[in-house]
Amino acid sequence: MRKALQKRMEAQKYVWEGAIPLQIHLHESQVTTLPPPPPALILAPRIGYLPLLVPLIKPHFRSTLPPGVDTIWFEYRGLPLKWYIPTGVLFDLLCAEPERPWNITVHFRGYPGNVLIPCDGEDSVKWSFINSLKEAAYIINGNCKNVMNMSQSDQLELWHSVMNGNLEAYLRVSSKLKLATIEDEYTSLCSSKSQQGSGETDFTGQVKTGRVPVRLYVWGLSEDFDDLEDISQVDSWEKISYVNRPVEIHKEGKCFTLHDAMKNLLPEFFSDESLSDSKLAGVDFEDVQKIPSEDVSSNKVVEDRGQNAYEHREACYISSSAEIKLIRIQGIEPKLEIPFSWLVNNLLNPDHFLHICVCVKVPQ
Amino acid sequence: MCLATLEVFWTVIEVMMDVCNWDGTVSAKDFRIGALSFAQKWESLNSAFPPWSWVPCPKHSWLASHEEEGYLSLENICISRPNEEDIDQNSQTDPGEEETSCSEKEDDIDDATLVQSNHHELHYCDFHVVYSYTFRVPVLYLRAYCSDGRPLLLDEIEKELPACSSKELPETKWAFITQEEHPYLKRPWYKLHPCGTSEFMKLLFLGGDTAQPKLEVVLELYLLSWFSAVGQVVGLTIPCKMLNDR
Repeated sequence: MRKALQKRMEAQKYVWEGAIPLQIHLHESQVTTLPPPPPALILAPRIGYLPLLVPLIKPHFRSTLPPGVDTIWFEYRGLPLKWYIPTGVLFDLLCAEPERPWNITVHFRGYPGNVLIPCDGEDSVKWSFINSLKEAAYIINGNCKNVMNMSQSDQLELWHSVMNGNLEAYLRVSSKLKLATIEDEYTSLCSSKSQQGSGETDFTGQVKTGRVPVRLYVWGLSEDFDDLEDISQVDSWEKISYVNRPVEIHKEGKCFTLHDAMKNLLPEFFSDESLSDSKLAGVDFEDVQKIPSEDVSSNKVVEDRGQNAYEHREACYISSSAEIKLIRIQGIEPKLEIPFSWLVNNLLNPDHFLHICVCVKVPQ
Repeated sequence: MCLATLEVFWTVIEVMMDVCNWDGTVSAKDFRIGALSFAQKWESLNSAFPPWSWVPCPKHSWLASHEEEGYLSLENICISRPNEEDIDQNSQTDPGEEETSCSEKEDDIDDATLVQSNHHELHYCDFHVVYSYTFRVPVLYLRAYCSDGRPLLLDEIEKELPACSSKELPETKWAFITQEEHPYLKRPWYKLHPCGTSEFMKLLFLGGDTAQPKLEVVLELYLLSWFSAVGQVVGLTIPCKMLNDR
């Protein structure tokens, strides 16, 4: 069990260290000097938020800004970026074919208040983060008392740990919140096969129910494509469904997989045919340098599980030819068979939500 | 006209032992059923109150679907308080009537008032009741604007609806307002925080030792009761007839 915890910390560490290289251009309407300033090159933490980068960006452009009050916002190819969505999620969602560095534009004027909620800098982001954490706590524990009763200093320490990417400090404070993780099914399954017999792990297969905080971003496409490069740009948030719903887990001995979770969240895209044509491409390590390969490989899980019986639920589907093309979590494209618990226990954001980006192709 | 107030509920219902295992929440399906019947019943009463309507909304805005999701909507409600001068000159209300309902103001203000007021700009409000999958309760979203469409800021809204302001509700953790993205319209709206909704809903339905309500009855009345409590914060009222049939 101790080894499993070490592995978990390792995976979380890679998530926390994951970063997106950004090339930030000042919008031409705000350039007052010639030649225009070069773009700012910044490594943005995946688990962070764009407004937190402002202290790095502002000095870079200060001399060329017009006088007046700054209201900072970011945009990618005309699409205003929602500052309360973690940077890594924005990247996974809006860059179908990952672009490195990611070229985004910063504005210091003309805040699109009809599209974006106002942001007054770090405080707004902190408030949004704490609010999400409360929501996650409510989903997991049925109340948000633990977060609401946090001491001021704990709250600050937690927030700073997120801002600074300090995983140890984060784990130290967040463990006080007693946000239960779900039983790591993969570890249980592996241990039950091992010959150690130490009695530390006990795969009893008892029924467990629980709610898992998930935020799903679904991008709907009507065009077919072979390459991700061919997909047309997201030019409006209307094209993306934001599904902020917990996944209800009912474990009855067999493994609850990512596929089960997706059926739970998007039953409309699952017909009751067998799953064979919905498999996705294999694991893709984009920004995470290295993941302990033996733990992530889902092949072992499939082997060990024996009967691979998927539920054929009567789903209320729109069209049987709707197809999930892509699922991305922390820049990784996991196989559908992966135990959902592994994803939850290793790929959560600091707000305790699992942010999942999905690309769906629907018929015209 | 009478008002259904939170105070009335608290005095009538005594908090006794928790007999019901119900946690004060509802499912999405029960919310939809309750909302549809709420809207239908309201409209059928032909009251002077503007009707709530159910707005079906697909889960994915880019995909047509069997529309099982949606929200309750009440829009273009004038929330401006008339000036004192206007009341004296143009008041059509009986002295005995209470002037706290939003829609009553709308009836009273006629064109003459608008012309004579000193650039008294009118403020309007849209109210949406949206289901929260996280908290499993209805949540009130609102948005206020001037007659020219300019959105109002929170402090401007609080002037018109003082019950909303944090000064009025220091102890109630369940009733403070934050600015968030509307789950369906994807624009910034103001939301009445749902944190304690399930708790007070549960309390509303705990009865005395006679006649514990059946859970089905509870769910049917849910939206009505929720509305009575939450509506108070933003000055919305329900016609008495909605309640009398129960």
